[in-house]
Amino acid sequence: MTTVPQSVPREAARIRSMVDIYLSTARMAVASEFQYRTGHYFFLLGMIAEPVIYLVVWTTIADQQGGEVQGLSAGYFAAYYIVWTLVRNMNIVFGAPYWEYRIREGDLNRDLLRPVLPLHYDIAWFAGWKVVMIVLWLPIAFALSLVFDPTLSPRPAEIVTFAIAIWGAYLIRTMLQESLGMLCFWTTRGAAIFDLYMTVELLLSGRLVPLPLMPDWVQDISRFLPFQWAFYFPIESLVGDLSNQELVQGLFVQLLWILIGLAIFRVAWRSAIKRYSAVGG
Amino acid sequence: MAEHAVVVDRLEKVFDVPERDPGLVAATKGLFRRKTREVRAVDGISFTVDQGEVVGFLGPNGAGKTTTLKMLSGLLHPSGGEGRVLGFVPARRQREFLSRITLVMGNRNQLQWDLPALDSYELNRAIYRIPREEFAPLRDELIELLDIGDLVRKPVRQLSLGERMKAEIVGALLHKPRVLFLDEPTIGLDVTMQKRIRTFVADYNERYGATVLLTSHYMADVEALCKRVVVIHHGTILYDGVLSGLAETFAAYKTIGVALENGHADLSAYGEVIHRDGDWITLRVPKAETSAVTAKLLADEQVLDLNVEDPPIEDVIELVFAQEKPE
Repeated sequence: MTTVPQSVPREAARIRSMVDIYLSTARMAVASEFQYRTGHYFFLLGMIAEPVIYLVVWTTIADQQGGEVQGLSAGYFAAYYIVWTLVRNMNIVFGAPYWEYRIREGDLNRDLLRPVLPLHYDIAWFAGWKVVMIVLWLPIAFALSLVFDPTLSPRPAEIVTFAIAIWGAYLIRTMLQESLGMLCFWTTRGAAIFDLYMTVELLLSGRLVPLPLMPDWVQDISRFLPFQWAFYFPIESLVGDLSNQELVQGLFVQLLWILIGLAIFRVAWRSAIKRYSAVGG
Repeated sequence: MAEHAVVVDRLEKVFDVPERDPGLVAATKGLFRRKTREVRAVDGISFTVDQGEVVGFLGPNGAGKTTTLKMLSGLLHPSGGEGRVLGFVPARRQREFLSRITLVMGNRNQLQWDLPALDSYELNRAIYRIPREEFAPLRDELIELLDIGDLVRKPVRQLSLGERMKAEIVGALLHKPRVLFLDEPTIGLDVTMQKRIRTFVADYNERYGATVLLTSHYMADVEALCKRVVVIHHGTILYDGVLSGLAETFAAYKTIGVALENGHADLSAYGEVIHRDGDWITLRVPKAETSAVTAKLLADEQVLDLNVEDPPIEDVIELVFAQEKPE
């Protein structure tokens, strides 16, 4: 007869409890964000201005160069930037500057009184927010598709990978931004560092241009940094022509960056919380 | 002897506060050399609170009350000394510890602003792992006790300050904390609402045997709830004892109320006349002279009624708070 260690049911209860916390928080986020649906729609409409500008520029260049830019067609650009809008939404997380606000306004006091790491609450809340945004995004994506005629014919494996990769992207960026946010425990002037980070991310993630259009050395560097795995890879998994092996590898690299980000966050959090001065009430 | 729920042993908190002179020159200097000043917010305080005891934690603004409560609830790491709550070291922030305490700050919102309080309560159920079969009856009981049945379905942002405070308190107690840190829970509320919350806290303490450490600038809160007070000023403890003993320790005078047959008599020779209401005259006399003045009054005047009292608690507290920081 085998005996089950006592820690197994305790661990199962802990996991059940975490799932309960995630679901309750996400449900609250959905309920709360739906109250601001009109505001979110305007936000989304404002946000598509950026990819539409990129799209118009690249389509024009492609037309002038006989229909392609370095092998990428106008239809590819259309697909890339339409999917871009969803991935960009998935990339919106509790950003580093929010930590500054959270500390200054005393909101962190409330979060710290709860017997749950604030990171869990942040992930769960914005996961709920994403659900709202995806629902609102669908008609916008449909309208953009009618206007720009994207070339998009993904295989089932690509669709499945994309569905996982956008959440992987969300978690990578959450971990990195939350880790960066820990700087707020040391300085009240983190804004300059956050801006620098955002600039590097903009260039190396595929947000500004698809990475194949960047110089080779930039592509080489970006392969070893987390940014493209939170932006270019999810888009490319649906729009590009990656093999099944490349898709699986991409998901593993995402997982690796999530774990690296989590480890950085945990180390930073342990030191940061000792420095917390609990201002703002 | 009752077990201590809270043990504070030479607890300290020192903040490094940046400071500079006004103006562009000082700002430029600050780029190269940052000046900071050490502020000892809590300076080696010690006290204990027994299980089930309700203690008033008094002091003027900036005395170190809230900093102490934040250290005891695990928000702040002490710079020195030690605090223990229910046997736990708060700074370690263990789940078991955080699930047994609550900190209610009168000026802070802990509920989700855009949603009805019921949604926030549901989240607390998940966070504190309250079994569903226990959660609903307790939630409904607390809602009924504070009479907010018709408010908990409204978005929190639409509640008045008093209504929101009551909803906050329900949310903070759903996990049946054994230690309550209440930081000015009645601040900004009208008299009726203050009274309601006082009654509720007393009821909760009696019903669940919870320990309460309460800060408040309203002496009515303290008088209604606390037999014992700890007075903190400039980060150090000035007094720890029964509320009525405060006047004994700090007030240098007593008041003598007297009614004379000749209501218009001039009593200024006996002490300072601080109030006259018809035939009733109130005198302020140095504490050491109270007996002598009383005897002289009874001997020399035709006294109809007389009583000797400590000054009102508000006046005593004012005296305590006016004390200068020791060099």
